[in-house]
Amino acid sequence: MIAGISIYEILTVTSILFFIGVYGFITRTNLISILMSVELILNASIINFVVINKYLYPDVFQGVFFSIFIIAVAAAETALAVAIIINLYRQISSVEVKDTEIMKY
Amino acid sequence: MNLSSFLIMRHEILLLAIALLLLVAEIFISKNKKGSIVHLAIFLFGIHTVIGFLPLGETSILFGGMFQTNNLIHFFKNVLNIGVFILLLQSADWIQEKIVEQEKGTEFFVLLFFSLLGMYFMISSGDFLMFYLGLELSTLPAAALAAYETSKRISSEAGIKLILSAALASGVSLFGISLLYATSGSIYFNEIIEVISLNNLTILGFILFFTGLSFKISLVPFHFWTADVYEGAPINVSSYLSVISKGAATFILMILLFTVFKSLMPVWENIVYVVALATMFIGNLFALRQQNMKRFLAFSSIAQAGFILLGLIAGDQLGTATVVYFVMIYIFSNLAAFGVVQAISLKTGKETMDDYNGLYRTNPNLSLIMMLALFSLAGIPPIAGFFGKIFLFTAAASKGYYLLVFLAVVNVTISLYYYLLVIRAMFIRQNENPIPYFKNKLYMRLGLLITVIGILVLGLYSPLYDYIYELSSVFN
Repeated sequence: MIAGISIYEILTVTSILFFIGVYGFITRTNLISILMSVELILNASIINFVVINKYLYPDVFQGVFFSIFIIAVAAAETALAVAIIINLYRQISSVEVKDTEIMKY
Repeated sequence: MNLSSFLIMRHEILLLAIALLLLVAEIFISKNKKGSIVHLAIFLFGIHTVIGFLPLGETSILFGGMFQTNNLIHFFKNVLNIGVFILLLQSADWIQEKIVEQEKGTEFFVLLFFSLLGMYFMISSGDFLMFYLGLELSTLPAAALAAYETSKRISSEAGIKLILSAALASGVSLFGISLLYATSGSIYFNEIIEVISLNNLTILGFILFFTGLSFKISLVPFHFWTADVYEGAPINVSSYLSVISKGAATFILMILLFTVFKSLMPVWENIVYVVALATMFIGNLFALRQQNMKRFLAFSSIAQAGFILLGLIAGDQLGTATVVYFVMIYIFSNLAAFGVVQAISLKTGKETMDDYNGLYRTNPNLSLIMMLALFSLAGIPPIAGFFGKIFLFTAAASKGYYLLVFLAVVNVTISLYYYLLVIRAMFIRQNENPIPYFKNKLYMRLGLLITVIGILVLGLYSPLYDYIYELSSVFN
């Protein structure tokens, strides 16, 4: 619990973070930036879990455990995505989205 | 925790053991015999498939509710096993000819098995944490597999498209789960069922969660990755994504809709109704203009997912049985179609529809298998696909969705047109230089044979449907 801050403010922040992530995913033109946007979405969920656990259901630590698992899985996901991006970069020397559209429609 | 509770999750333990064993075997197999890992993997997985058919005791829950299983889940795991076994048979030649020389043979099997392991955990999950971990464990190796041909540009492109879409999907899904956690105070399914009620936050959470799973099943409007990934990935990986991955995701979506979100049915009925219509129409209309066979099958699989939703909308025992039955038929039919595409692509490298002109004159067997698979997908009696579709339509009609069923039948007609385009190319069209005659190796022939037997037997052997219907009584 943080004194003077209710759950509504924090949930507002995480919702904004979530939609920044979605907006970034749609509009960014660089694969690394898209990956960063996905991380924003995941972080919004992590904060959500911890805050809901702490403010609403402080007896059982389900949300906190869930958030730890999300962090671990997100790291694996990022590692794999970066590996694929590096492999792509070796072939086309670019990480721009416009260079990765030889398959379309 | 005792021995019998380990026996309940024998699918998972055995598969994990096989994957680890293959990793160890890789060290001990000498360098000029790397191809033998294929035989070993197929042999071990065959044993695993057979052991899976041993009957399960009774419905049970492990790990304080995180892992649950019952006879229907057990049966579906066996269906997935058969699908993966056929897939292994079909991809054996490809691995021996193309992949082993790059010294990546073992990793293919290990990634595939871990992905399947994730699906096991996903479909028998008892809480959202297990579900999420299973989902990720099934998706991440699949993305690595899609980018497996590291020397090809389109393979990397497919991989990056898959991993980014999947990451977004799981992120959105997680945000939904966090909202569901806020309203119900638990992540365990059986605790959520008791407290879930219709309010705005729950509905928002549900919709975000549904979005995440829709990506996996490639429902419209979350289907954009499908065609690109299927085209760029190696064919057996496309086949895996379209068959096994989609089947498992459909199954867990069905379980969640029928149990956890049962009280939200007034909401998700409308969502499923709209999504089913959009998926069928967009999948079918885009399939009309495809020339590449892999893209063609991708859009066809999107359209099939739309048909599956007709069974979901019924929301009772009949719906469950028809969905499981249809997914089973779909697994066999699509594996047959992808198997033929793979056999031809491996020998000649040709993948477009025009290359198939005059195929019947040179390769009658492959053409007949392809015809059977496409007729099954289109739903022409007396092949299995017809019964699968008619049961789905019956399930939807039993709840009074006559308009939806009518539009679905319209879609079947559209789909028949483009399936017949391929058949016309193979049987009627002439070609100056058709694909020359070739003979497949033993594994590929075996893989295609099993799919053909599956398509024919599933359509004609009705006790199987009764058996599934009996198992489905757990969800109503």
